[in-house]
Amino acid sequence: MRALKFRRCGNFHESYREELNVFETDFGRFWVVIGFFFVFLILPFVATPYVLYLVTNIAIYAIAVIGLNILTGYTGQISLGHGAFFGVGAYAAAIMATRFHMPFLLSVFAGGLITATVGLVFGLPSSRLKGLYLAIATLAGQFIIEYVLIHWEEVTMGTMGINLPRPTIFGVDVGGDVKFYFIAFIFLFFFLWMAVNLMRTRYGRAFIAIRDNDRAAEGMGIPIFPYKLLSFAVSSFYAGVAGALWAFFTMTITTEPFNLGLSVEFIAMVIIGGMGNMSGAIFGTVFISLLNEGLRLMADILINARIFDQAALTMAPLKEFAFGLAIVLFILIEPRGLAEVWRIVRSNFRLWPFSY
Amino acid sequence: MEFFWQLMINGLSLGFLYGISAMGFVMIYKSSSVLNFAHGELLALGAYIFLAFMMWFKIPAIPAFIITLVLCFAFGFLVERVFLRPLIGEPLIFVIMLTVGLASMMKGAILLLWGGNLYTYPEFIPQTLTLSLGGVNIQPVYNVSFMLGVVFLLIFGFFFKYTSQGIFMRSVADNQRAALSLGVNVRRIFALSWAIAALVAGMSGIVLGVINGINVHELSAIGLKVFPVVILGGLDSIAGAIVGGVIIGVLESFTGGYLTPSLRDVVPYIILVGILMVKPYGLFGQVEIERV
Repeated sequence: MRALKFRRCGNFHESYREELNVFETDFGRFWVVIGFFFVFLILPFVATPYVLYLVTNIAIYAIAVIGLNILTGYTGQISLGHGAFFGVGAYAAAIMATRFHMPFLLSVFAGGLITATVGLVFGLPSSRLKGLYLAIATLAGQFIIEYVLIHWEEVTMGTMGINLPRPTIFGVDVGGDVKFYFIAFIFLFFFLWMAVNLMRTRYGRAFIAIRDNDRAAEGMGIPIFPYKLLSFAVSSFYAGVAGALWAFFTMTITTEPFNLGLSVEFIAMVIIGGMGNMSGAIFGTVFISLLNEGLRLMADILINARIFDQAALTMAPLKEFAFGLAIVLFILIEPRGLAEVWRIVRSNFRLWPFSY
Repeated sequence: MEFFWQLMINGLSLGFLYGISAMGFVMIYKSSSVLNFAHGELLALGAYIFLAFMMWFKIPAIPAFIITLVLCFAFGFLVERVFLRPLIGEPLIFVIMLTVGLASMMKGAILLLWGGNLYTYPEFIPQTLTLSLGGVNIQPVYNVSFMLGVVFLLIFGFFFKYTSQGIFMRSVADNQRAALSLGVNVRRIFALSWAIAALVAGMSGIVLGVINGINVHELSAIGLKVFPVVILGGLDSIAGAIVGGVIIGVLESFTGGYLTPSLRDVVPYIILVGILMVKPYGLFGQVEIERV
């Protein structure tokens, strides 16, 4: 057995292969094992149903945010339509499950594939547009998809919503809080693993080259347009799968949640977590979800205390305000997000007491 | 036929409002190339400040209007100073997301102060301004807003053409580095353009509030509808904003009248995607040339 590496104080790579390692030290592997242990063996058995619900939600959102991070953080394409893509995934899976009676896993992947196709269509403008024009095009996509979801009533049932059957895998019922928690985390780890490894392949490196300078990337022989489209498709696939899981999680869906606010929330998660960083996607999702829940809990406490009835009523706008403030502060103070904060904290510990 | 003309007039006046609302947006984009997602909230801010002066402090309309414009001007200046200056030279997505965050903050603050109800201004426009064109009556508010729009267009036309600050602003928009090397204070121009844009937005917000009533959600939705308007007209052309606004307004009105009313709000975005596919830099916009 080779010697374990735990601490390093410099860059000792001797080959390109080492550069590509997912974990720089065995310390990282160690923490991943601990994380698995905590997530699968401890948390579901000690957590209250409310906490479990919250954590499952975070896991599902994190899948969508990882997808958006592939598009925005790694390929440099802005999408303000991921909330709608999430909705497309949810509706596609719901329709597959109710109309065509597809099993759970199949309808989730069908939801992902259909969303990937839709994402491809809205990625088409990226052939000629970039930056802010693309942001506007995806914004238009958000509104158009929302309209279709509400008004294509024969398929989406409009504002009535769709009730989903309980999810089963090969006849085993996986509905309910605890079981679905495991399903969500298995999906999260699988898709995280896929995303991390995608970035080590030629495709991932092409994405990064396009982000850094698309003209230069083209000059080096990367066909930009197919790769941008690929990035859109992969990213929407992630959003679609997350949406499908979410649909099975909440059991009943309406068009309401998939608005521009959700798209903005996804982008905020990517930015606050740290763009172009996989752990950042998780950090950002956790941060925004906890911020939302924290503000909501505060409102509940205020209402129960019966002191600030009037103040409690104003909590919804305060939530909006705090959300905006969080985005603004992160962009102004730490634009690389929580992942960078985490890195700084870690390196301070590692290099202590000689922090240079 | 009368239905047609009524729709046409409605569409034109609505479009003119879109055009006026887009003017402030274009002004910011033109000088600092910032895509302002908080534009709807800037509109709302102007409308609410005016409301506060009219309802709470009981100030007559014209002084209240002037005070509102001054406050909006100061607010725009402040926003640029505090939030946007540190981001000069940062990647685009940060700038966009900063304005999104600002929008969220401003919306929250407005909801906190005024709540989400629909307000209306007390009557202050004399009824004698009603115009009648071949059987179609035009409301006095539309006339006043039209006059206001024309006055502002003229003022800004002269401002950009003849005053030194206006010329500086155009030079910064044209080529930032060249303007810097010729001694233009680019930072001050950015601040000034935000201030002026907020002022114009405040004015548009008041006009919109007079016509449709004041509600944060509706005004911020109009802020998003500015995007199709400016893309149609070209992001950096103020006259294009008016033309784009009128086209979008008329199309919206006809869709609402002849097709289904629900399609009305989506039509601008469908047009937007179409235009972006065919002519990415808008009808009047400048094609960006880029070098590695």
